[in-house]
Amino acid sequence: MDISNYLYLSAILFTIGAVGVVLRRNAIVVFMCVELMLNAANLAFVTFSRINGDLVGQVASFFTMVVAACEVVVGLAIIVTMYRSRRSASVDDASLLKR
Amino acid sequence: MTTSSNLVYLIALPMVSSAILLLLGRIADKWGHLLATLVSASTFAIAAIEFFSMCQRSGDARAVTQDLFTWISVGSFNVHASLLLDQLSICFVLLISGVGTLIHIYSIAYMSHDYDRRRFFAYLNLFVAAMLLLVLGDSYLNLYVGWEGVGLASYLLIGFWNQKPAYAVAAKKAFVANRVGDIGLSLAIMIAFAQFGTVSFAGVAAGVPHASTAALTGLGAMLLLAAAGKSAQFPLQSWLGDAMAGPTPVSALIHAATMVTAGVYLITRSHFVFDASPTAQTMVLIVGGITLLFGALVGTAKDDIKKALAASTMSQIGYMILATGLGPIGYAFAIMHLLTHGFFKAGMFLGAGSVMHGMNDEVNMRRYGAIGKVMPITAVTFGLGYLAIIGVPPFAGFYSKDKIIETAFNTGGTKGILVGGAALLGAAITAFYMTRVIVLTFTGTKRWDDEAHPHESPSLMWIPMVILAFGSVASGFLFNSGHALVNWLAPVVNASGVHSEKEFLPPTTISVMALGVVAVGVAIAITKYRTVPVAAPAGNILTKIVRRDLLQDDFNDRVLVRPGQALTRFFVGMDNSFIDGIVRGVGGVVAVTSTNLRRIQNGYVRSYALVMVVGVLALLTTIWMVTL
Repeated sequence: MDISNYLYLSAILFTIGAVGVVLRRNAIVVFMCVELMLNAANLAFVTFSRINGDLVGQVASFFTMVVAACEVVVGLAIIVTMYRSRRSASVDDASLLKR
Repeated sequence: MTTSSNLVYLIALPMVSSAILLLLGRIADKWGHLLATLVSASTFAIAAIEFFSMCQRSGDARAVTQDLFTWISVGSFNVHASLLLDQLSICFVLLISGVGTLIHIYSIAYMSHDYDRRRFFAYLNLFVAAMLLLVLGDSYLNLYVGWEGVGLASYLLIGFWNQKPAYAVAAKKAFVANRVGDIGLSLAIMIAFAQFGTVSFAGVAAGVPHASTAALTGLGAMLLLAAAGKSAQFPLQSWLGDAMAGPTPVSALIHAATMVTAGVYLITRSHFVFDASPTAQTMVLIVGGITLLFGALVGTAKDDIKKALAASTMSQIGYMILATGLGPIGYAFAIMHLLTHGFFKAGMFLGAGSVMHGMNDEVNMRRYGAIGKVMPITAVTFGLGYLAIIGVPPFAGFYSKDKIIETAFNTGGTKGILVGGAALLGAAITAFYMTRVIVLTFTGTKRWDDEAHPHESPSLMWIPMVILAFGSVASGFLFNSGHALVNWLAPVVNASGVHSEKEFLPPTTISVMALGVVAVGVAIAITKYRTVPVAAPAGNILTKIVRRDLLQDDFNDRVLVRPGQALTRFFVGMDNSFIDGIVRGVGGVVAVTSTNLRRIQNGYVRSYALVMVVGVLALLTTIWMVTL
């Protein structure tokens, strides 16, 4: 199997994630799409690591996972607080910064 | 050059006294006038001491200098605040402090009923300080400080009773007319600096031989403009008549004896410029000639005693300016006439003030008449001044004015006949209008109301008048005996060796001619004013024009004021529509743009994310395309 297929998969996953972030209104789903993009990036890192035959890409993916974990903690806390204050998890409702 | 450390006190004393009186306010009301008079008298004492010590030296050693401090030091441009007292300055210093002190004394009584007497004396001292600085400065820049100072003092004193709008307007008019002249002086200073790199009198004098004629003519013209503004000469003469709004002692001191003669001082001080530029000298002659006739004509139609005297002042200064335009010999005679005029005109103004004091401030001579009987001292002192101004021998004006007429004729050629004729005609008109003043005021039948109770003024007022009357009688003879003043001034104005000019007419002939025309003027006035109607007769068109000051105000109004106002309105319109339009336009465009740009900030996270994605894609595409 051609190893570049992993890269195509990574690109597809990333695109799905990006489209999801732009199109979906539910904050949880947007969040999951962000995670999908991060994981697509991880896949690409690991693939490049394999191609190049060194460990740099794998180390980078570990960093990404740590950052993603932190992001989940903060992000979920924000979403929960937002939901508590306005009984909605729609990102479009949280547009108070306009104008 | 001798140095002296006393000169600074001449300026500092009245300056400090003025500051004290103004700063202490009403606390100083009780003794303010005494302090001011004392200070003025001490300046005269210092001046007298300097004069006597100057007499003991001779020639060039007579000039005294005092270097105070370095005022401006920028690169090669170096101006010291230093004072110069030479044979020319001392004449002025003695006149200013002497006549000034007499007028201070006079004002104590004249202003005794005025609520603001202290302020009046503070301004008088300010004037004395500024005027002394003007004549003591050793460079054009130092002179300029005094020049502006006397302008300020003149403005403050003309508008002293500024609760009357007309008086405040008169003060403003004087100030504005003076500003025009001041532009001339500042331009002259700039020309001097550009040409010679220095603004001191000595430096400019040393540089004159190497300068181009055009530069000297320009410098001379600008100096003449300055002199015309300060000395109320044509075409800037219109302010002097209105300046009579000030209290009469002010008219006597500032607008007759001293400040208005500053122009004569300036031209005499700058004689090296005018001697080197015949064009500028001719301009001086023309201005002087026009003004002496102009002032004399205006004087014939004035019913206001102070305005008649003001017109006379203008005319007499015209004589002095004319004399300064006659070359080296003329300067001494200009200064001689200036000094004698300082005595007799100040004396007559004080006399006029004395009459007004007794007549409830009535100034209309048609409502006077027969005042000589009730105010004998005023009448006699005024009469002596009168004899001096019309030039009856042996009174002061005879010597000084006759010399000017004589020198004018002796310049030779058509020019000599023209200026000599103008001076002679002026003498006749002077005799006419001054006789008119005397006849209307002191002789004839009484025309005043029963409410007026004219009485002789208190001694504080008549003593200065008597002293000035002595000056009117004797000064001309003293100055002229053995050419005393001419020889005294010779080192300053380079007048040596000009006595032996060819004579157009012998001096006796000219004296006889002058006396003849004076007699004619007096005779016409006496016959014409045998009876004086209280209401001024309508008069023909010429009389009306002369009553309106030969239309000088109408001319200024039509030619300068109204176009000036139209121009101002145009610029205001331009400012409002065009300049403000640009400013508002820029603001409007920015506002509209920002309103539109603000739409991008819609607050939706998803659209920000989209923009980010698009941006990253665009960036990647660009990089891809570049590296391809």
